[in-house]
Amino acid sequence: MPVQSVVEAPAERRRWLSILAKAPASEVTAAWDGLAQRPGYRALRAPEIGMVLVRGRMGGAGDAFNLGEMTVTRAAVRLDSGETGIGYVAGRDRRHAEIAAAVDAMMQSPDLRPAVEGAIVARLARAQDERRDTAARKAAATKVDFFTMVRTRSPA
Amino acid sequence: MSLSPVLDLAEIAPAFADPTRESQAIFRRVMDAMARPGTLYDLPFAPDAPDGLDRAAGAVALTLFDFETPVWLDPALAGGPAERWLRFHAGCPLTADPLQAAFALVTDLAAAPVLAAFNQGDAKYPDRSTTLVIQLPALTGGPRVTLRGPGIKDEASLTLAGLPDGFWAQVQANHETFQFGVDLIFAADDRLTALPRSTRVIIKGD
Repeated sequence: MPVQSVVEAPAERRRWLSILAKAPASEVTAAWDGLAQRPGYRALRAPEIGMVLVRGRMGGAGDAFNLGEMTVTRAAVRLDSGETGIGYVAGRDRRHAEIAAAVDAMMQSPDLRPAVEGAIVARLARAQDERRDTAARKAAATKVDFFTMVRTRSPA
Repeated sequence: MSLSPVLDLAEIAPAFADPTRESQAIFRRVMDAMARPGTLYDLPFAPDAPDGLDRAAGAVALTLFDFETPVWLDPALAGGPAERWLRFHAGCPLTADPLQAAFALVTDLAAAPVLAAFNQGDAKYPDRSTTLVIQLPALTGGPRVTLRGPGIKDEASLTLAGLPDGFWAQVQANHETFQFGVDLIFAADDRLTALPRSTRVIIKGD
């Protein structure tokens, strides 16, 4: 088993795992199918569907409460070159989870990373930014500024 | 119970290719083995297990262990590839205390605590005792013992190999305390057999 030479800062890996998890399955699949070369891999953990309890904090600082459960699909794959990747994605799309795991593994390999960094990770991130931007602009365009007239009682 | 937070995935081997079907098939054989003490069952489709574990013992562990079952691991397995493999694939918590263990995975019986040291169940829930999965060099070729009890028409026998001295006396003592007591699953290579606490073991010469 080759030693993994790139040890990613957790924050960086978190970033691409987050992008892969939040992207719609169709975009991930299309980007993957568009790769010129896809490495061989085998499943370490075949995609499986489960539920995750999502917790939240009011205002990000209050007491933790259970927001609800969401469906999550997870997978782990090992590339033929030895890297191991994991994918946790929202929803029930097994292929999405498997591709996310494969891309995570490729991102950890200095040789394979260039092939997916731009074509998949950056592309999905851009699409997500655009969607967020569009939504923000739509919201901004219909923004209503509420203001309150404060009637100050003049001292008698 | 302990579960160290970081699990290095780099060297974990794959397990079942189709976890649902394969674990069901293995569960069926474990159930049959418990119901018919003295009968050997083959697990030809058991996946390869990591160093220190045979295929049958590994497959039984993957099938039975889960996030609700504290597992006591043999010192020979603890901290090694088998531990990481089980944590990843079965998701089971580990315990160093035999009394807390729902399952125990034993590969070196001579070095393991005696059967009475494991959880014997309690009066309300005798089923909460520890089930031991014991890996042996072979399930045949050792000294013969005779078995009687539920699931056995008249008599059955076992010739397990590689048992330490005094082990059968422990099994007899385990039967004496029925309804309390542990249940045993023996595995070697890709075969298994089981010995529930309800079985009476007769050693030749008794």
